[in-house]
Amino acid sequence: MKFLVCISNVPDTTTKIAFTPDNKEFNKAGVQFVINPWDEYALTRAIELKEAQGGGTVTVLNVGEADTEPNIRKALAIGADDAIRVNAAPKDAFFVAQQIANVAKEGAYDVILMGKESIDYNGFQVHGMVGELLGIPTVAPAMKLDMSGNTATLEREIEGGKEIVQVNTPFVASCQQPMCEPRIPNMRGIMTARTKPLKVVEPTGDAPRTAVAEYALPPKKQGVKLIPAENAGELIKLLRNEAKVI
Amino acid sequence: MSVLVVVECDGGEVKKSSLEVASYGSQVAQMLGTTATAVAVGEATEANLAKLGEQGISKVLYDAEPRLKDFVNGAYTKLIAAAAQKEDSKIIVLANSNIGASVGSRLSVRLQASLATNVVELPKTDGGSFVVKRGAFSGKAFADVKLEGERKIIAVKKNSIEALHEAGKTAQVESFSAQLTDADFADAPKQVVMQDQAGGILLPEADKVVSGGRGMKGPENWNLIEDLAKAIGAATACSKPVSDVDWRPHHEHVGQTGITVSPNLYIACGISGAIQHLAGVNSSKVIVVINKDPEAPFFKAADYGIVGDVFDVLPKLTQAVKELS
Ligand SMILES: Cc1cc2nc3c(=O)[nH]c(=O)nc-3n(C[C@H](O)[C@H](O)[C@H](O)COP(=O)(O)OP(=O)(O)OC[C@H]3O[C@@H](n4cnc5c(N)ncnc54)[C@H](O)[C@@H]3O)c2cc1C
Repeated sequence: MKFLVCISNVPDTTTKIAFTPDNKEFNKAGVQFVINPWDEYALTRAIELKEAQGGGTVTVLNVGEADTEPNIRKALAIGADDAIRVNAAPKDAFFVAQQIANVAKEGAYDVILMGKESIDYNGFQVHGMVGELLGIPTVAPAMKLDMSGNTATLEREIEGGKEIVQVNTPFVASCQQPMCEPRIPNMRGIMTARTKPLKVVEPTGDAPRTAVAEYALPPKKQGVKLIPAENAGELIKLLRNEAKVI
Repeated sequence: MSVLVVVECDGGEVKKSSLEVASYGSQVAQMLGTTATAVAVGEATEANLAKLGEQGISKVLYDAEPRLKDFVNGAYTKLIAAAAQKEDSKIIVLANSNIGASVGSRLSVRLQASLATNVVELPKTDGGSFVVKRGAFSGKAFADVKLEGERKIIAVKKNSIEALHEAGKTAQVESFSAQLTDADFADAPKQVVMQDQAGGILLPEADKVVSGGRGMKGPENWNLIEDLAKAIGAATACSKPVSDVDWRPHHEHVGQTGITVSPNLYIACGISGAIQHLAGVNSSKVIVVINKDPEAPFFKAADYGIVGDVFDVLPKLTQAVKELS
């Protein structure tokens, strides 16, 4: 079975977010980039399923410029077999989805996995767009994924519960916890990753449909009003009479 | 053309987040000099759908096909696309929920529409452009996004828009069929398992949340969190390490890699306030922090705080709420 795992390259979760002086772009200076944490679930689960099937391949795909390659290598070190980088800045979700759909179609992948959303743009869009572009089902967000032959059984989270869904390959799923325990690279993985194939292809498709006009940071808090612990009940009065939230 | 609003229903009722979505849609319709039509998904009653008039909706389309009671991505997408065609809608508004985002992303490709998710404000339409403000960087920033093209889809973040309530206004409910076939139900659930929620308040829909971290010491102490939550009508939540070790179920985990909440009130008990946790909660309107460490970073993000032991403070708070009423 051929797995395609889409990863994005995002600022580390501890990053203090800042923008360029015109507020039009994220300021990358001094920021460390990591594999999007949600994508780690997709990657590890694909590797686990491949291992359980005793064959098949896991290909990682990233739409990004050359500076994302260290994280692509990291995905190879975790256990993917080969990688494809579509050489373009990920301009918007639709643009990225078209690149993924093209690669998926060309490589005739059976299972296309990705994280629920990226922690930078928080689109939660790419999965559905890829499914629609390919005319195949999407299950999002998936908390569990098991395969038996060509049939996948997934748990899809819905507000307040979950649905057990079965779909046949090919399909798209966007992954989240508690699907698996994301793996970290070991020494052997890091060594072998250096020589695994990483193919670079040029983007195709239509122009993006959205553009960021401006970024802004949330307004600063006024400062905390402290209530002495002995007087804890006073807090409830403040929440009712001053903040008017209870 | 009318603005099309997707309302999610459950157990006969329209979800609170969908009342917000309906209010968003009707205000956009007003800006554009047109009307707002809703298409309802899930289990609804005609009486509750008619009440969407209070949120400014003039007409509601409802397909009573029983298999639409549960979420089915394929069928919902086709139903909404058919409604958009019938109403000649250029703008579709839905909730930024698991359902809304799943359907909205497919629809955007099918209808060749631009899409913005996680939207927190009404659009700005000066000079012929259409710009919406959305949350980005997991709650650490906002982005003004320009939507191109003739058709646009907007997924509205929960609890960011005040629902309208124009008492007495009713919407006209029309039955509607999208001619769905078995193929549209390929991803129909084999089984639906709903959570057993204390007090019946779902975290994603809640406007008050009481949340516990590692400082709660163990799952056996969660009654303190639940008692306060019950007293003020809140949902319960937790930090990531708490759900990682199964003190609490994963669907209560809030933060950058859990769910993002923006309630009116978020009470954090024994949570240090790591940047990844804050990302998921810092758009809450009022934040209360209870922590025995005065240096806990969470106090910097809080509106009210108590430096103290949760085991001492929480029962006092619950008692004080009971004394209010
Ligand atoms: C990639 C990544 C993603 C992450 N995503 C998330 C996420 O989505 N959500 C999330 O929550 N975390 C996330 N984390 C983890 C995060 O960094 C913190 O480790 C976590 O939030 C800490 O949880 P906590 O505050 O419950 O525990 P701790 O940091 O251990 O804090 C416990 C707090 O309780 C206080 N305390 C102890 N006893 C008492 C008492 N008796 N009374 C009052 N206060 C007491 C202590 O003073 C302390 O401040 C992520 C981390 C990484 C690396």
